[in-house]
Amino acid sequence: MTELTLKKRRPLWYNLSPLNLPLPGLVSIFHRVSGVALFVGVPWLLYLLEASLSSPESFESFKAAVSHPFAKLCLIVLAWSYLHHFCAGIRYLAMDIHWAAELSAARKTGGTVFVVSLILTLIFAVAIW
Amino acid sequence: MVNRNLVGAHYGLGSWMIQRMSAVIMALYTLVVIVVFLVAPPSTHSAWKALFAQGWMRAATLLFLASLLLHAWVGMRDVYMDYVKPIGLRLTFEVATILLLVVYAAWAAQILWRV
Repeated sequence: MTELTLKKRRPLWYNLSPLNLPLPGLVSIFHRVSGVALFVGVPWLLYLLEASLSSPESFESFKAAVSHPFAKLCLIVLAWSYLHHFCAGIRYLAMDIHWAAELSAARKTGGTVFVVSLILTLIFAVAIW
Repeated sequence: MVNRNLVGAHYGLGSWMIQRMSAVIMALYTLVVIVVFLVAPPSTHSAWKALFAQGWMRAATLLFLASLLLHAWVGMRDVYMDYVKPIGLRLTFEVATILLLVVYAAWAAQILWRV
């Protein structure tokens, strides 16, 4: 055993709270949470698509439904979920082909995912409000 | 010996590949829709309907929705495999998810073909 390993303090206690995740870990858990949110949102979005396409009358009821503040809030949450899932997904596809897969690059692109998806969500929120 | 079980992973690249291919299809469709909305935002019912009456849009949307449902299946199954440990409960969740996704697929096809 080398001197180095003897000097290490054991046992090691890591703080594994989700709030203490490194940036790439946060991208990952939000990728999962946003994916589940989108799965839950699918029936509502299909319902809205159907209403918007069926007839001029149902189009009006679609417009009325999405003009409610709570519906707008739900749409913004779903938009953020989609955009985060989209950006993080592009990042994972890039990593599949070994692009930006090193730790320092992964931290940078992880930060970019949050910034870009939040800016796009803000644009969406302003556009629909 | 490989210990395979009914509601475990399929120990192969199939799901992995479906997840990636469907992601690429959805990403491309998303960009197309963003371009459509930037170039000529369909604000009336007739413009919105005319957009979906075009063959390419209908086909692309159906491809997108099929990708979405396959992608949702792979993702939700990953979630169940990570968090739902009792086999019976996991199988129930998986079957319920498959049934839901099949219903959504039929519903989506119906929406698009009635335009």
